[in-house]
Amino acid sequence: MSAPPSGPGPAPQAPGREPVRRGLPRTSRTARQHAPITATGLVVKVVLLGLVAGIAIWAAFPLIEAEHWIGLGVLVATTAGLFYLYLSRRHIPAKYLVPGTLFLIAFQVFPVLHTASTAFTNFGDGHRGSKDDAIVAVQTSSVKQVPGSTEYNLTIATTGDPATGSLTFLLSDPKTQEVFAGDADGLRKLDAADVEVSSLSGKITAADGFTLLNIGQASSRSDAITALIVPTDEGAIRSNGLTRAYEGKAIRAYDAACDCVKDSETGKTWTADEKVGSFVAADGERLAQGWKVDVGLKNFSTVLTDPNISKPFFGTLAWNFAFAIASTGFTFLLGMAIALALHSPRMKGTNFYRVLLILPYAMPSFAMLLIWRDMFNTDFGLLNNLFGLNVDWFGGNWSARIAVVLVQLWLGYPYMFLVATGALQAIPRELTEATSVDGASPWQSFRAVTLPLLLVALSPLLIASFAFNFNNVNAILFTTEGGPFAPDNPTNGATDLLITYTYRLAFGAQGAEFGLAATVSIFIFAIVATVSAISFRRTRKQEEVYS
Amino acid sequence: MRIRTAGVVAVLGLALAASGCGDSGSDKPAADESAKATGGKLVIWADDKRTAALKPFAEEFGKENGVTVEVQAVSKDLQTNFVTASQQGSGPDVVVGAHDWIGNLVQNGAIDPVQLPAEQKSGFDETAIKAVTFNGQLYGVPYATENVALIRNTELAPEAPKTIEDLVATGKKLKAEKKASEILCLQSGQNGDAYHIYPLYTSGGGYLFGTAANGDYDPKDLGVGKPESIAAFQKIAQLGEKGEGALKRSITGENSIATFTGKKCAFLVSGPWAVADAKKAGIAYDISPVPGFAGGKEAQPFVGVQAFYVAAKGKNKALAQEFVTNYVTKPELAVALYKAEPRPPALTAAFDQVKGEDADLAKFSEAGKNGQVLPAIPAMAAIWDPFGKAEAAIIGGADPAKTITAAGKTIQGQIK
Repeated sequence: MSAPPSGPGPAPQAPGREPVRRGLPRTSRTARQHAPITATGLVVKVVLLGLVAGIAIWAAFPLIEAEHWIGLGVLVATTAGLFYLYLSRRHIPAKYLVPGTLFLIAFQVFPVLHTASTAFTNFGDGHRGSKDDAIVAVQTSSVKQVPGSTEYNLTIATTGDPATGSLTFLLSDPKTQEVFAGDADGLRKLDAADVEVSSLSGKITAADGFTLLNIGQASSRSDAITALIVPTDEGAIRSNGLTRAYEGKAIRAYDAACDCVKDSETGKTWTADEKVGSFVAADGERLAQGWKVDVGLKNFSTVLTDPNISKPFFGTLAWNFAFAIASTGFTFLLGMAIALALHSPRMKGTNFYRVLLILPYAMPSFAMLLIWRDMFNTDFGLLNNLFGLNVDWFGGNWSARIAVVLVQLWLGYPYMFLVATGALQAIPRELTEATSVDGASPWQSFRAVTLPLLLVALSPLLIASFAFNFNNVNAILFTTEGGPFAPDNPTNGATDLLITYTYRLAFGAQGAEFGLAATVSIFIFAIVATVSAISFRRTRKQEEVYS
Repeated sequence: MRIRTAGVVAVLGLALAASGCGDSGSDKPAADESAKATGGKLVIWADDKRTAALKPFAEEFGKENGVTVEVQAVSKDLQTNFVTASQQGSGPDVVVGAHDWIGNLVQNGAIDPVQLPAEQKSGFDETAIKAVTFNGQLYGVPYATENVALIRNTELAPEAPKTIEDLVATGKKLKAEKKASEILCLQSGQNGDAYHIYPLYTSGGGYLFGTAANGDYDPKDLGVGKPESIAAFQKIAQLGEKGEGALKRSITGENSIATFTGKKCAFLVSGPWAVADAKKAGIAYDISPVPGFAGGKEAQPFVGVQAFYVAAKGKNKALAQEFVTNYVTKPELAVALYKAEPRPPALTAAFDQVKGEDADLAKFSEAGKNGQVLPAIPAMAAIWDPFGKAEAAIIGGADPAKTITAAGKTIQGQIK
């Protein structure tokens, strides 16, 4: 994955460089005046707009169901806007720009905004939902069977229509053979003469005045069954599935008056703390089920002040730059050297070599990374066995660093070779021929003519490759996993990139901490954006010199 | 203008067709599966292997009760996907997974307790019930247990070693005779493997968490970094690369079973999942408990349990409870799941049924008899990584006291 095709942004076209684009508005302007409505064009338009409407209708139902009116409004406005735009004959430039812009908003802008907003919350395991969710979870998970209470056989019945009538639990006590009917008003005993009880299952199979629901009918009213609680003196009778019921009691209950959870067995209380999104007891104990709250700049101050994060930060940052520069630089040098060699007119069989050289690029990098990891194994690895070495590759700081850069070199050079070949073919041969007429050595002509022209074309790609390698999670996680680690510091390894390091911080502790992870990714975004901005600015200057 | 109107009509027609497609696409399989189904739908999530084993039983349950049952395979990150999906309300009704998920699932409010009557509870293996009990509540219905044991090549090592020292002596002799190239295949890798080293750690006297009053693990009493853990790792260090060379970082999860089946080592510490490979390679093997250090404590492996859970935010909770408490508890299902993947069933009746056909099963179960339930508390998530790395560093020759103290500090810092 060192080659950046899947990374965000490294589109091979350098913006504004193709002559085609400059010509585009002119052709479309003429098209507006003369374009006849062709049958194909009409069909394409109808099909695409039909799809848009289809997707909109399909997306509308869940939004309506969730009563998400803002989302529905956005959906309707977008769809209406698209229809207006493509059914009218005006706004030609917008017709070209809108699809790309929509996708940009959906797949780039929205995730960035979402990440940024997550950074200000404590969103993560134990803090995913709302406070109400947490309260429900606390209460339901504390329901215990009343000690010594009866396990009833349950039949679900109704006095009305099986699909809509209000529900009653028909209960039979397997020990005393007594039968009861229970609903939200309480439990009442039934006359044994009015009901039939199966001797096999102990369940009530018929009762006067009730319509019995079979399991299929009952299961379609699952929510109502779960919600039906028959109050008793000790607690309440709840269904346990569709054929049994038990008398249970919620040990912990939420009290809105004190905004706290009380345990009726121990008398302990946990008061809601809106700052951390947890119920906290006086002794500092927290209930596991918390909720999502805004924590302001807490995550940012954690990143800056927590010694676990800030202490190894600069060392990791330095290696991160070294890794990204080395991965990009070496792959570029090797790729360009091969491209130059194959570009020489004296070279024979270039297509054959090109196919061979492109092979690493054609293989899935995930699998290749795993194979390389195994090849670096001290005792069983191919490298040590082949060369008779006994290097503990992933055990030493520098050998591990060299190993990951080597893997990147192998994975990444075909990409550089490809783009360099393309760029070389665009450089007119007359230029190099002119230098040789002037008596320049091949090296001088390469330095003075070929390389600068290559760099003009390839700089944006190199920057993209740098940005990609800066965050190349796979290259590290699939090989060294950030190791080797110093014996006294298991959180930060010698080959850790910022992104793998923060991955461990955010997901290594008690479950995922998305809030903290989002914060760190904002920091990384800032670093990469700054580096890229500076590089692009310098590239532009270079272009002005050479073009 | 005529064309324009025609276009609009066509667009609308297609739109309806397209949205109609979307709907019928999702409804169709349901309609096919049980045309007569009058009732609700039960959705079960499991991993690939178990999905295949569950399907026939789920279909039978559906047919018997006139409901639709869908078993969906989630091949990757089942736990995370389940938590995320149930938060969004698109999760299943029942999920199948390992018991050490419980802590995280409970703190996210993703599963509900299960009420099993005492007579049903007593039908299960005691350890299995203990494993799915969290905060004094039963959160899942267990169906299989698993633990590591010592698998040995009986051609190379006919006798089961009584102690680790015996094992190392035999292994060294085999290595000197060029019959094997490794003493012991116990996977570690560059970053360690807390699960596989745990028997040796307990034999050396170490522990992870103390026990709270209610029988659960107590995250406040962390054993890593305590003097006992240092003593245990000093013993482990003696087996490491700078000592006997029995534990090596070059033996990883990927190559340890293959090295054993390639007859390069006589002893393998692994679980029931390794047996299939050994059989395929035609190795004559036997299974015995992982031995401890001479004069040390018992070597206790982790015992893991696979269980069925009722999703808290499922759409059909009553049906899910019905399935989990009344249907999963049947021995037939446990036997079928055993056949899909041979792990000892947690249901005693099912275990007895398959014990006769499969001698390995009883041996694994014997090896796990003194095992410790893998902690399900959320704090356990903080253990794996630092503990494993400390293990790897110590095997590589780092100072045990310094390393394990640092690991303890890191873990402590992550436990809230």
